[in-house]
Amino acid sequence: MTSARQNDVQEPAHPRAERDGEAAPEPSEQTKHLLDLAGQMLLIRAFEERCVELYSSGAIRGFIHLYIGEEAVAVGVNAALSPDDAVVSTYREHGHALARGVPPEAVMAEMYGKATGCSHGRGGSMHLFDAGRRFYGGNAIVGGGLPIAAGLALADKMADRSRVTCCFFGDGAVAEGEFHETANLAALWDLPLLLVCENNLYAMGTPLAHEHAQTDLAMRAASYGMPAWAVDGMDVVAVEKAARRAVDGILAGNGPHFLEMRTYRFRAHSMYDPDRYRDKAEIERWRERDPIPLLMRRLPAGTADLPEMTERATAAVDRAVKAAQEAPVEPVADLLRFVTHEGA
Amino acid sequence: MAAPARTPEQETARTSFRDELRAAIREALRADERVFLMGEDVGSYGGAFGVSLGLLEEFGPERIRDTPLSESGFVGAGIGAAIAGMRPIVEIMTVNFSLLALDQILNNAATLLHMSGGQVGVPVVIRMTTGAGRQLAAQHSHSLEGWYAGIPGIRVLSPGTLQDARHMLAPALADPDPVVIFEHGSLYNATGPAVPPPASYDIVSAAVRRAGNDVSLICHGGSLPKVLAAADALAAEGISADVVDLRSLRPLDGATIAGSVARTHRAVVVDEGWRTGGLSAEIAAQIAELAFYELDAPVERVCGAEVPVPYPKHLEDAALPAIVDIMAAARRTVG
Repeated sequence: MTSARQNDVQEPAHPRAERDGEAAPEPSEQTKHLLDLAGQMLLIRAFEERCVELYSSGAIRGFIHLYIGEEAVAVGVNAALSPDDAVVSTYREHGHALARGVPPEAVMAEMYGKATGCSHGRGGSMHLFDAGRRFYGGNAIVGGGLPIAAGLALADKMADRSRVTCCFFGDGAVAEGEFHETANLAALWDLPLLLVCENNLYAMGTPLAHEHAQTDLAMRAASYGMPAWAVDGMDVVAVEKAARRAVDGILAGNGPHFLEMRTYRFRAHSMYDPDRYRDKAEIERWRERDPIPLLMRRLPAGTADLPEMTERATAAVDRAVKAAQEAPVEPVADLLRFVTHEGA
Repeated sequence: MAAPARTPEQETARTSFRDELRAAIREALRADERVFLMGEDVGSYGGAFGVSLGLLEEFGPERIRDTPLSESGFVGAGIGAAIAGMRPIVEIMTVNFSLLALDQILNNAATLLHMSGGQVGVPVVIRMTTGAGRQLAAQHSHSLEGWYAGIPGIRVLSPGTLQDARHMLAPALADPDPVVIFEHGSLYNATGPAVPPPASYDIVSAAVRRAGNDVSLICHGGSLPKVLAAADALAAEGISADVVDLRSLRPLDGATIAGSVARTHRAVVVDEGWRTGGLSAEIAAQIAELAFYELDAPVERVCGAEVPVPYPKHLEDAALPAIVDIMAAARRTVG
């Protein structure tokens, strides 16, 4: 699902014209690309809605932080990254992992704690890893992934490799010292680091204005001397455009860039959260800007078959759930594996 | 550990703990371009304790990399760079400051391999000063290496000899997992004869630094010179002490500890860290588990007093394991 940086567009898996078996007009390259982005967002949405059901039935446990409503950020940013780039994420990272191309089977198996999971079942929902895709988690300490992302970027800079490390984090992380240490370090050393702040207006249950003396987060990042701006995080086209501009700037040698993605989670913070701190009307207002219909409305009439696309996403999730259910668990005898390489 | 043969010139050449640490870093930087040193004032200042003096001139600012005062930031950056294939040596000024980076060391360095199901290894080396004795008071003097020794996923080393100062770094850098090296501040100026490099170097085993029959004195790092001095003085009293230098605090070499206790049937654990829940408690527990029926006397512990290290010299001295304390404990076990 990862778009190559060289190509602005990517072939959809099942071009519509083939399915219809009739001479429908070929969609433009741009339309195909948008359809691909829509497919990714639908997959993430379907995956997470299934997670809710699976959690409620007790099939999966732990903390589950849903990304529903924020899909445009993961999908749009990833569209601007190349497979060589690195991604560091947070505990709300199902969407980032899926957009990065981690197979739904591997992510779902991880939710089930199965040995076929993308982290061998050891991490669960909050610790998805795929080193082959340079997807480095899955960090559940707010802000904790930022210094690591700086280090990944530092290694690229020292080895003179032209690639980007993208770090996702939330508005809550901007209050953490590790954000400011990393922003300073990255700007000081001109690191090829893309900082993507997913500002969903709440740090768990604390509203932005209750935790930040200055709520203009892009401005705060800019104070470190890096390009920083706010983006409509519900609009995948705007997200991708901003991310491409930032990646181009980073690869041109202009150091770290900061994007404040203004977004919103439609669900509570986690499955444990009764969501008492948000006004229902506020949630409804944001749902009117749901990134998926927003994108569908941009597509030329007749190019998108939403029920068919939804069905395809649902089928992919069905396959992932079935595979996860059938997958083996690790034997308890292997408990101490992966602590050091000796035991791995 | 038998000392390799030396030429007469080498026999007379003197070196210091600090010089040996620097020689080890220089050698690593020359041997592997992935290695770099990073930390506060490691560059033109030469390191807070002078360990990296002169390295900036030889290797330049990319590889002798001064960092802002951001312990969590630069330790995390070292972890990230290690994940991406570099071999960073991260210097933290003191173990007290390392608490600002504990999130990165515990939640990331020690944990990523496991959380990722074996995919993401972190071959980083983190060096830091530990210990008291220089009247630096309560925020520059603590010995928290026992805390680190309790963390699965990292290796913890505590060199107490010039040879270990010189030769522990290369195998630490070769380790695919994170290694934390504690350098006791009182050792930097310790001097002795230079020792030629060994063919290979073990960073897993404890070493018996002095063989004896009556009591095992178990210690590491900055306590080793005191313990050896105590052993000399005890010998004059007719008490023969077996001195075990732990060298590696995680994993602990329980076999060498138990082997020593099996010879002497008595044990004194010396550790500058606090007594309660400290490294000394872990060692005493291991002796109870591995050598209980060998013991002829209760295990004794000589530890740092349970107080933040005070500034005045007489109080600081009183808070630290002293040679007389070690001797008194040894006498109690044989008495």
